[in-house]
Amino acid sequence: MSKLRTGVLGVFPHLDTATTAIRKLRKEGFELTVYSPTPRHEVEEALGTKESPVRIFTLVGAFTGTAAGTALATWASIDWPLVVGGKEIVALPAFSVIMFELTILLGALSTVAGLFILGRLPHVGPAEAPMYHPSFTAGNFGVFAHAPRDRYGDVQRIMSESGSEEVLVDQR
Amino acid sequence: MATETENTVVRSSFHPDVESYEQVNRDAMRLLTPPGKGYLALLAMSVMLVGLLVTAELHNIIYGLGMIGDNWAVMITTFVFWVGIGHAGTLISAILYLFRAPWRQAIYRFAEAMTVFAVLTAALFPLLHIGRPWFFYWLLPLPSQRHIWPNFRSPLLWDVFAVTTYLTVSSVFFFIGLIPDIAAARDSTTDPMRKKVYGVLSLGWRGTDREWRHFTRAYLFLAALATPLVLSVHSVVSWDFAVSIVPGWHTTIFAPYFVAGAILSGVAMVVTLMVPVHKIFRLGAYFTPVHYDRLAKLLLLTSCIVGYAYGMEYFMAYYSGELYERDVFWDRVTGDYWWAGWSMITFNAFVPQLLWIKKIRQNLNAFFIISVFVNIGMWYERFVIIVPSLSHSYEPWKFWNLHMTWVDASLLLGSFGWFFMWFLLFLRYLPGLSMAEIKEVLPPPMKHHGAEHHAHDEAQMVVETLPTGYKEWEVR
Repeated sequence: MSKLRTGVLGVFPHLDTATTAIRKLRKEGFELTVYSPTPRHEVEEALGTKESPVRIFTLVGAFTGTAAGTALATWASIDWPLVVGGKEIVALPAFSVIMFELTILLGALSTVAGLFILGRLPHVGPAEAPMYHPSFTAGNFGVFAHAPRDRYGDVQRIMSESGSEEVLVDQR
Repeated sequence: MATETENTVVRSSFHPDVESYEQVNRDAMRLLTPPGKGYLALLAMSVMLVGLLVTAELHNIIYGLGMIGDNWAVMITTFVFWVGIGHAGTLISAILYLFRAPWRQAIYRFAEAMTVFAVLTAALFPLLHIGRPWFFYWLLPLPSQRHIWPNFRSPLLWDVFAVTTYLTVSSVFFFIGLIPDIAAARDSTTDPMRKKVYGVLSLGWRGTDREWRHFTRAYLFLAALATPLVLSVHSVVSWDFAVSIVPGWHTTIFAPYFVAGAILSGVAMVVTLMVPVHKIFRLGAYFTPVHYDRLAKLLLLTSCIVGYAYGMEYFMAYYSGELYERDVFWDRVTGDYWWAGWSMITFNAFVPQLLWIKKIRQNLNAFFIISVFVNIGMWYERFVIIVPSLSHSYEPWKFWNLHMTWVDASLLLGSFGWFFMWFLLFLRYLPGLSMAEIKEVLPPPMKHHGAEHHAHDEAQMVVETLPTGYKEWEVR
């Protein structure tokens, strides 16, 4: 379900006030987009964030890599069988290095793919929340409540009660 | 925590002089301000050395590989040297991340940049030493109409896989870690050109909860994948030697010995780069005595492991009763290359022992000098493994001596130019301090002090606002 494209942005210089606002706004049923300069577990707890499914990408990628490494080395050795150094044609101890390296390589690349797909990076088109402030990468926390226009008043009240220093309203 | 009064604040015990999140950004962005003459001079020197590298390589291509000394000795030595340097960066960024070491955050970006550029430098040498670098793709398992595949049982092919995987994964890890910081640079820079470039590189990062949620997990898994990778890469490099039956190479201790040596040389290189950056940019608030102390201990530990490996190699040569093995090891310290052998033992195993003394560990200049010695010693270690072993194997009629040519010397010097060129450009254009991650170890800004159950983190402490250790540390 996509979030509403209108809403109110609260700028919070403190973490505890931001988490208070998050809790209150969630209780009121608003959907939120929270900006923070650094990952804080307090924000995740307040939002009730679930475990990220990136790990599935990692697991699938890593196993694909193991399989690819085994298949590549085995198949290429059988395709033109040539005894070298008296070793087996399919020499698994030697192939284990290839299997290992491809496990890591594909595991890492698919983790990044997972991050890009799930985190919606790189951003193209309209952002998830229409409002942003450059201080969110410096020191401020931002809480954007996706709200219909008629509920702006409620949101503004909750934000300033919780301790927001600046409440910006999407005027479009 | 209960005794907080007016003049005390909560600070991270690792960075007692960092006041706020904003200060981190200000200080990190200071690194990206226009550079002085010294920087430009260094950069020009590096680029000139790269020119030397290109000249030497063109000479190689035109006149053939005979222009370099025997058995690619200097090229392979330098290759192993640079791959080894790379290891400390991944150790600090990935392994210490898994261990949740809070002193990692301030230094890991430098270390990781060093890794990427060191592996980039190392990767030059396998390409150049094949003589016709444009045929490098013959190393890769690509389909051809003759159905010829590379030999998967050969350690040299393992090396191709290990080094390319390492270069790819460490670059990816480096870039992913940079994304939030490039976004911070985008938000605070005033230069319109930079804003545009950072805007593209940051991939539109805004630090939303969705982004952080997946980012932190992805970062964790990348670290978890990079950890075994870093241990494997130098093991595979060591097997290039250990799998052959050359006396002095054919030992089972090689993998752990190489990995410990790699971390030793890498940590030394981190210190060699960190101290000047610290002094020039006055980063005392970030590179605190704690950081140097931990790095010194890491250096000391790996030095002891390397020293043990040296001793064990000699013991095995003696105890095995293998004539050739014994002869090679005896030759290392008494033969034609005695100076290299003793440099390696002295610089790697003995000089770092000075770090047991706290005064030396805490003295930046002394630590810097020790780290330079270790760098030299570690180059000699690879030299000693390669040259005396090859030049003194089995039959006396096969003995030879290395004649280093100007091409060898230029390639070696040029590799330093290549490395420092990238590193200097990195310092100027990308955030060298990880703003987002340093904030992780800082106590978060709180309005209500009473309600801060968060502040009971052990990495935080209450300090008096004014007198800080920072200034004292800075003048030392």
